[in-house]
Amino acid sequence: MDLNYSADELAFQAEVRNWLSENLSPELSYKVKHGQRQTKEDTEGWHATLNSNGWLANHWPVEHGGPGWTAIQRHIFEEECCLAYAPRVVPFGVSMLAPVLIKYGNEAQKTHWLPRILDGSDWWCQGYSEPGAGSDLASLRCKAARDGDHYVVNGQKTWTTLGQYANMIFCLVRTSGEGKPQQGISFLLIDMNTPGIEVRPIHLLEGTHEVNEVFFTDVRVPVENLVGEENKGWTYAKYLLTYERTNIAGIGFSMAALGELKTIAKDQKRAGRSLADDPLFAARLARAEIELENARITNLRVVSAAAAGGAPGAESSMLKIKGTEIRQELDNLKRKAVGAYAAPFVPEAMDAGFNGPDIGPDYAAPIARQYFNNRKISIFGGSNEIQKNIISKMILGL
Amino acid sequence: MLADTLGRYILQDYPLDARLTAGASDIGYAPEKWIELAELGVIGALFSEDDGGFGGAGFDLAVVFEAIGRGLICEPFLESAVLAGGALAVAGSAAQKARLEDVISGQSVGALAHFEADDGCDVRFVSARAVAKGDGWVLSGLKAVVRHAGAADFLIVSSRTDGQAGDEDGISLFLVASDAAGLEIVDYQTIDGGRAAEVVLRDLTVGADALIGVAGQGAAVLQHVLGRGLLALSAEALGLMDVIKDMTIEFIQTRQQFGVPIGKFQALQHRMAEMLLEIEQARSAVINAAASVDMPGVARERALSAAKFTIGQIGTLVAEESIQLHGGIGMTWEHSLGHFAKRLVMIGHELGDEDYHLSRYIRLGQEAQNV
Ligand SMILES: Cc1cc2nc3c(=O)[nH]c(=O)nc-3n(C[C@H](O)[C@H](O)[C@H](O)COP(=O)(O)OP(=O)(O)OC[C@H]3O[C@@H](n4cnc5c(N)ncnc54)[C@H](O)[C@@H]3O)c2cc1C
Repeated sequence: MDLNYSADELAFQAEVRNWLSENLSPELSYKVKHGQRQTKEDTEGWHATLNSNGWLANHWPVEHGGPGWTAIQRHIFEEECCLAYAPRVVPFGVSMLAPVLIKYGNEAQKTHWLPRILDGSDWWCQGYSEPGAGSDLASLRCKAARDGDHYVVNGQKTWTTLGQYANMIFCLVRTSGEGKPQQGISFLLIDMNTPGIEVRPIHLLEGTHEVNEVFFTDVRVPVENLVGEENKGWTYAKYLLTYERTNIAGIGFSMAALGELKTIAKDQKRAGRSLADDPLFAARLARAEIELENARITNLRVVSAAAAGGAPGAESSMLKIKGTEIRQELDNLKRKAVGAYAAPFVPEAMDAGFNGPDIGPDYAAPIARQYFNNRKISIFGGSNEIQKNIISKMILGL
Repeated sequence: MLADTLGRYILQDYPLDARLTAGASDIGYAPEKWIELAELGVIGALFSEDDGGFGGAGFDLAVVFEAIGRGLICEPFLESAVLAGGALAVAGSAAQKARLEDVISGQSVGALAHFEADDGCDVRFVSARAVAKGDGWVLSGLKAVVRHAGAADFLIVSSRTDGQAGDEDGISLFLVASDAAGLEIVDYQTIDGGRAAEVVLRDLTVGADALIGVAGQGAAVLQHVLGRGLLALSAEALGLMDVIKDMTIEFIQTRQQFGVPIGKFQALQHRMAEMLLEIEQARSAVINAAASVDMPGVARERALSAAKFTIGQIGTLVAEESIQLHGGIGMTWEHSLGHFAKRLVMIGHELGDEDYHLSRYIRLGQEAQNV
């Protein structure tokens, strides 16, 4: 495998960079860089901008509107977006549901839902986890009973990321109590505006509202919203998770974070010298940089080996563990790098247009919040312990 | 004894909700609880009999602060009693020491405005200046992230009367009323509950009677009280870790996944076992620091840096592991774990982090060998 970009790839990189410089507004990029709250409109606007150039669904097959990029091109694109501080593409529709619909959905579902993901008509959220079903997802109990042309759904989902913005939720529901728990699960698309759905906020430890509980009471869902076959949802669910995990690895985020960390370390002074010159700090930073470079190549290796445009299988567990460990280590180093200025907590500074006094250097404000918030990445998408169980079983055969 | 009383008080009279509300309030703690705690003798336990208290030794500090950690208490025990009160006790004039009575009763709150943005937590890197004028001084400079400065009645401010940043000599300490003209206090909330402030000295004029101890000899006083502060923070961290560990053990024994309590998974049992091993290492480091803090010399300083290094490393580990083992619920505001974990991690950012104390430990060892 050739690790140097070809002339074509370099030209592509320049094209992406140039496009970003023309289409990503400085205000939006400032928000992302400074960890300020992004509104629903910010995300929708950015999705629309990407879509106007055919770049939103960049891993979709060409016939559904993808640009036909290679794995390397997708990697370049992700990296450039992160380095330019573009908002994160909210993955639930475009990167999680879409691959499932493309592989397992019927024609009517593909023609109806895929364009709506592209044009932003729908904001999807993920209804997998329940209070009693986290790591043991297959034990889920949210029930869907067939009643004529409808399923009637009763139960609860939780940890639903950005459910407060969503108009659609894809849910794993129990349609049968027979056999192994995995055998009675179905994959259902539910309109959040259906009567009987209630969304309640959950606040995370650093104060943000990004997850929710979703309650279902006699919610009627048309049967045409079943994806694939009844009781076969577990297969689709697992397929989706490989996409989710590959996405969480977030090599691009780490590249951006590493760059920021280096800038901070140069700027921070410690007793007459820059933090970058502190041997203990420099060693830890260098270690993280080496780990990241290795993981970046692992990612490229694994993603290029996977079927064209697809996500890797059990190898996605590898990418998720390493990717999240590196992201969390970089968060840790950023936190350490700002010293005592990690402590100030000014909630208003999270909003765009805040013009109160800066407490310490301007880059310090979001750092502790981000550090605590990103403890989630080793928990969700299947915890890192569960990924290790998958590696033991599926890759090592233990 | 006192630890039991304090523990009972926290359990019965100062529930976690009230403590979190107090920490997020405009003052950053609960003044009425502070007075009640003072009446229980919690502040007095941090001072010697000579200074009007009834304790003040290393183990007194350790016991009290461990209980403070267990209770996630945000009242200014460290700032007012150990640091500001401690400086008055060790170097104050008789007139200055007269304040200690009010400090011990909780009526007067102090804070130590010493650290600066670029000092790397090295005591010698004071840049704020005190220029002699008449028989007093004019102070200018910026003090960073001074915990509880906003609610303080008085500040102990370090400034340079001589030399330059990095010199051990030339640092002087001043006692300043917090409403003094020329003192600007920009206060804000902190992520671990409580408040801190940027303290701006804008040509702050002080009289001769403001000087604490001998001009230019403040570094030794600072080292003395900051050392006691390191012990206090390390003991607080230990208390937090014990609570977090107990919470996590209980959680993994009750949380069921795959039809069994998750504590049945050997992968998690080993993680808990490691957490326990590390916490016991931290406990030993705190005991060693408590035994050393009242001794003179380099052995004291190394033991204190060793403790702060140890709890810095282990504190982050315990906070991160416990959240991880709790899964999603550990990430929520509603669950108390996150609040304990935030405080535990942020202790690492006070009075020098683990890297600083590791380097200091090395440097002190090398210096001792070269003598
Ligand atoms: C911020 C955030 C956002 C989320 N967003 C979504 C979302 O949008 N949609 C959604 O459906 N879900 C979402 N989740 C839920 C997430 O997927 C679950 O939290 C995750 O699957 C873990 O489940 P749990 O929280 O119930 O923890 P538990 O399953 O109770 O796990 C607790 C601990 O036990 C460990 N453990 C469990 N089983 C084993 C085992 N067999 N071997 C070893 N260790 C084990 C886990 O690794 C963990 O450390 C989100 C979670 C968070 C925190």
